[in-house]
Amino acid sequence: MRLQLEMAIARAVGRLSRLSGRGGGTTLPGRLLSGIDKGALSALASRLPQGCALVSATNGKTTTAALAAEILAPRFRLARNGAGANLVSGVVSALIAAERADLGLLEVDEAALLQVTRAVRPRVLCLGNLSRDQLDRYGELELIAERWRVAVAELPQESWLVVNGDDPLLARLAEGRERTTTFGIDDPAVSRPTLGQTADSAYCLRCGYPYAYAAVYVGHLGDYRCLRCKSGRPPLQVSACRVELEGTRGVTFDLVLPEGRGRVHLLLPGLYNVYNALAAAALARSLGASLDEIVAGLHRARPVFGRFERIAVGERTLLVLLIKNPAGASEAVRTVVQGLPPRLALVCLNDDVADGRDVSWIWDVDFEPLASGLERLVASGERAAELALRFKYGGLAEDRIEVVPDLEQALDRALRLTPAGGELVCLPTYTAMLALQRVVAERGYAPPYWERAA
Amino acid sequence: MKILVAHLYPEYLNIYADRGNIAVLRARAAWRGIDLEVRPVTIGDVTPGDEIDLWYVGGGQDREQALVAPDLAARGEELRRSVAAGAALLAVCGGYQLLGRLYRDRSGTELPGAGLFPAYTVAGEQRMIGDVLIECELEPGQRKTVAGFENHAGRTFLDPGARPLGRVIYGFGNDGRSGYEGCRLDRAVGTYLHGPLLPRNPWLADWLIAQAAAHRTGEEPRLSPLRDDLEEQAHAVAARRARARGGRRDGHLFLRPQRAHKAPK
Repeated sequence: MRLQLEMAIARAVGRLSRLSGRGGGTTLPGRLLSGIDKGALSALASRLPQGCALVSATNGKTTTAALAAEILAPRFRLARNGAGANLVSGVVSALIAAERADLGLLEVDEAALLQVTRAVRPRVLCLGNLSRDQLDRYGELELIAERWRVAVAELPQESWLVVNGDDPLLARLAEGRERTTTFGIDDPAVSRPTLGQTADSAYCLRCGYPYAYAAVYVGHLGDYRCLRCKSGRPPLQVSACRVELEGTRGVTFDLVLPEGRGRVHLLLPGLYNVYNALAAAALARSLGASLDEIVAGLHRARPVFGRFERIAVGERTLLVLLIKNPAGASEAVRTVVQGLPPRLALVCLNDDVADGRDVSWIWDVDFEPLASGLERLVASGERAAELALRFKYGGLAEDRIEVVPDLEQALDRALRLTPAGGELVCLPTYTAMLALQRVVAERGYAPPYWERAA
Repeated sequence: MKILVAHLYPEYLNIYADRGNIAVLRARAAWRGIDLEVRPVTIGDVTPGDEIDLWYVGGGQDREQALVAPDLAARGEELRRSVAAGAALLAVCGGYQLLGRLYRDRSGTELPGAGLFPAYTVAGEQRMIGDVLIECELEPGQRKTVAGFENHAGRTFLDPGARPLGRVIYGFGNDGRSGYEGCRLDRAVGTYLHGPLLPRNPWLADWLIAQAAAHRTGEEPRLSPLRDDLEEQAHAVAARRARARGGRRDGHLFLRPQRAHKAPK
């Protein structure tokens, strides 16, 4: 009874937030309810007859959850936090909003994961990857890894654990656990030549010796093996092979499951979206989805909210790729320059809490393949000058760089530089992306994010 | 002219975009017609100590620091001799900590340091995270500011008589209370400031290049001025951030009281 009343109030607040134009009300109801009732999350989750599946990762949480939702939608009525509101408040808000759902499918912030798994006791926990991200907020990577270790150790025995076996840290977490699905890529043809200099987890977690990689796919993800203690990538139950990268248009690969294989066409490009698809496939499979359902679901999926999203702006198209940490941003760059590298780009760097207050991470992003093809860069956001320096010292001539801190002015400037019928590549950090989406929505080109997310 | 830079453990100590510092040194040297060669040095490598004009040591997390600490400590003698002979050095965050006498990490494990800087470091409970602005006077009469970002659990304590790199204007600095940041010894500089350090503080990059060149040729060169509009803009924004949200303001500390610890010998 108490929960019902609290929820009614919280829901009303969410509607007010939207009506007042302050946002989508994606976190406020949850912030309010978890403030009133500490046990709210646990109580809300226990109302779901089919339980909860949680997704966490440094990169790809939102996309993985969206892909899994596409696969699972025919089977379940889902409660989702699709707008990327993935702290405890966002999870609670999602559960309040979804009144008649039977399964929770939720993305969870890396640092909040332990708190959420303890309250929710998930039926499936899917861990995608772990690399350096917002060190100013999370502290060292090891601190997050430690929380994840505890979360996995405390996971109920009957729950499924889905991990990326190509990530040494995650494979180690899952070691020896029953009811675990390990996924990964098995196609040396799409391997990168070497491990990047700033790759995390490059040293054997058992003995400290550098890993030898038979293949490196994204960041530190790949087929690794320690030549000293012989520990290495575990066997994969869900894998991708015969991968064909199709520039920014998509990717095609063979999805291999123990029960068979199917050819998947994904409209989301890049190898990291292959990882997201594998994670979603493994997650859905542990909830009973068949190979056909998985292939069909992945086929239906469209890019979500700022992740390779194409927005028509008059006669031009805006291609928005969120950047937020070295591993993800380097992959975004790598995908964007495939085929015909862009000659113009709009890159936006903010330094709010959600972007990371410490902007040093941009120096760990491999922007060079993009910089080398640019005739013009419009650098924007609160730390536009810092971003301009990154490109200047990355080899882009200073007279090709325009610093326009104001996002709306920068967007207009970059659109003016884009020929009619052309596509403008835009790489914003999180709050810059929200601001740009707002501008685009206000001009009537795309609906606001909270209406599209789910 | 040629300058040789030894970059220690780039594959271990690189957590705060240390390659940005290297890129800035390389480019600003090249724009003055100086050929700056960067030689990566890893565990077990033998370095041509006398030939090195500038040493660079970046930052790492506890795990990486523990992996390189014994090797770095074993280079202590060589580093001290090299700096005494006029070589320049820049150490950032973890590298700065490991160049002191010792580093005691969160678990209480003591890592031996290289013993270059007259200082030691003890990890505390609360991390000191935020934008920083410090004021330095590397050359008499020339006061300059450095804007950066700090993120460290270690409190670094300078020995009596040791020279800090600068005075904290906004931020935590070495230990969150002394009001000092970093350490300076001849042409060697250790600091917690990353961001990375050099792109938005180009005068410091130029100072290091000049010191390294002086080690090579015996006299300090006059480096031609460069167009630094973007650098100055970036510095101004970072300084504003430190003012608005640095860890320590007007002598008031935003840190809980620390547990007392015994100073190591």
